[in-house]
Amino acid sequence: MKLFLTIQRDVLKRPLISQVVLETGVLINVERAHIDANEGWVLIDLPEKEETRISSRLTELGVEVKKLENAVLYDEHECVECGACLSICPQEVFSFDADYHLVIKEERCVLCGQCVCACPHQALSIRQ
Amino acid sequence: MTKSIEEINLKIRDGSAVVVTAEEMPDIVSELGEEGALREVDVVTTGTFGAMCSSGAFLNFGHADPPIRMERIWLNNVEAYAGIAAVDAYIGATQESTTEGSTYGGAHVLEDLVSGKQIELRAISKGTDCYPRRTITTELLLEDLNQAVMVNPRNAYQCYNAVINRSDRTLNTYMGMLLSNQGNISYSGAGLLSPLANDPHFNLIGSGVPLFLGGGEGVIVGEGTQSSPSNGFGTVMVSGDLNSMSPDYLRAASFTGYGVSLYVGLGIPLPMLNVEAVRNCAVRDEDLITSIVDYGTPRRDRPVVRTVSYAELKSGQVEIDGEMVRTSSMSSYSRARKVAHELKSLVEAGSFMVALPTRRIDTGKRSHPMRETRQTPRIREIMNAGVTTITEDESVKTAARKLLRGETNHLPVIDAEGKLVGIITTYDVSKSVLLKGESMKVSEIMSKKVVVVSPDEPVDVAAQRLEQYNISALPVVDSDHHVIGILNAVDLGKLFSKRWQP
Repeated sequence: MKLFLTIQRDVLKRPLISQVVLETGVLINVERAHIDANEGWVLIDLPEKEETRISSRLTELGVEVKKLENAVLYDEHECVECGACLSICPQEVFSFDADYHLVIKEERCVLCGQCVCACPHQALSIRQ
Repeated sequence: MTKSIEEINLKIRDGSAVVVTAEEMPDIVSELGEEGALREVDVVTTGTFGAMCSSGAFLNFGHADPPIRMERIWLNNVEAYAGIAAVDAYIGATQESTTEGSTYGGAHVLEDLVSGKQIELRAISKGTDCYPRRTITTELLLEDLNQAVMVNPRNAYQCYNAVINRSDRTLNTYMGMLLSNQGNISYSGAGLLSPLANDPHFNLIGSGVPLFLGGGEGVIVGEGTQSSPSNGFGTVMVSGDLNSMSPDYLRAASFTGYGVSLYVGLGIPLPMLNVEAVRNCAVRDEDLITSIVDYGTPRRDRPVVRTVSYAELKSGQVEIDGEMVRTSSMSSYSRARKVAHELKSLVEAGSFMVALPTRRIDTGKRSHPMRETRQTPRIREIMNAGVTTITEDESVKTAARKLLRGETNHLPVIDAEGKLVGIITTYDVSKSVLLKGESMKVSEIMSKKVVVVSPDEPVDVAAQRLEQYNISALPVVDSDHHVIGILNAVDLGKLFSKRWQP
């Protein structure tokens, strides 16, 4: 499962994720990270059963923790199920079922936004 | 055994015609044999739903009071061609909005009209004795128009190349986003459901044949533009009333970095008159072969990477050089199916008849490239051959001197054999002086990744490349990577400003 961490500027400079990994022994995978002048965000992936432990520890350390849900916003009225999104997604979020209907495994999404540009019908957006 | 078109239409009228889709037909033929399938099946319906840029509509607005001969017309700020009489226009699908660019275009105007939305018309004229009015602005619905006739010069490609990108950067094309280093494959077409794939010799498809177009009933005008049936790339020109259409089957699209297109749902019912018709409709995705072409080469004749069947393309991945590459379709197979099924229901319900062509399409035709009487200039013709270079071991100070003396901002760096190994700019030199003084060597500060051109490439390619990489000069190298010149943006700018002005 994925957690979306928002980190304020003053907290940003500390190696928080390494600290939590060492303390808990849970293997955390950093999938995306972004830092700007005022704050930063990090998208991490971790085993589902460790969520509570990791979340509460990160919160204690001053990180705002949100579970990443409904990452891909999908407009079914605009979508024509062409499949332009299938091959460009690095996470293989999109696939067809046996009847060529679009299946979205949004739990795989790492918010890269590639599909937003690739969709000819502007049917996809990413939750900010 | 053969069947006549009258016989089949009689059965359609009394509701007894047996109609199947082109997807169901191959198994029926395998099971019953060709003769058996001919006895059993009367009509095979086909369908496709994909981006068809070559689409548009003739619109007649009626006369205003006082009347105006509209010379230029904009519909929701998308210009329509108005050089036809006083109150007619042709709105083309790919024309882009003057205010919203490539996010809104002619295709969106068409979709909005069909969806019942109001459109703003603006027009201007110089004014004449018979048409005194000079400007007009008004709001219109589709129902306010006297005629809205879709005429698509080139639809329903028999077959279309699949594309890949072997260059080192992502390309945004009309075939969608193509990832660098053959990261994906993009294709278009419904394969075994495609109308023309089920009648490759144009026995049943030709002028006057009714078809399902954008949700309504249309008619095949005849040979499509760019039609090239002799090498498997046939097209048809089609027409239909916009008032009968539905946004379910007519959808505007906008391709990032390319522009606007229109997705059209199109299907042709094929009467099973004889064994040959049955055999043609037994085609499977495995039998339909197309080429995977490298769009990393920005020229008309692009290298073919391999051939591939629609079955492989639809499987989701195709092997290229021992590696599985994922595929994306630009056309919608689920919607193509919907077209074929909708058409099947219409024929079964007795509300869609079949007809034979009143005029056959020339199957021997092959489209040829444009005749160009003036060759686009090549890099060789405009490059600066007196290029100053420097070697890796020389000092930054020497570089600074050469840059000043040569009145240039770029110095290609060459090795002992004269081959290009890097480039340095006045910016690199200034930076190095600030950082570490002037004691450094060229090799320490040069950029090793150099964007180059070859002397025989067209100048347009160089212009595109300068823009893509946001740079201002390109070393020109021969096939051995020897520097033979340099091309800078200023020279190119001068050439383009002289060459073509609207």
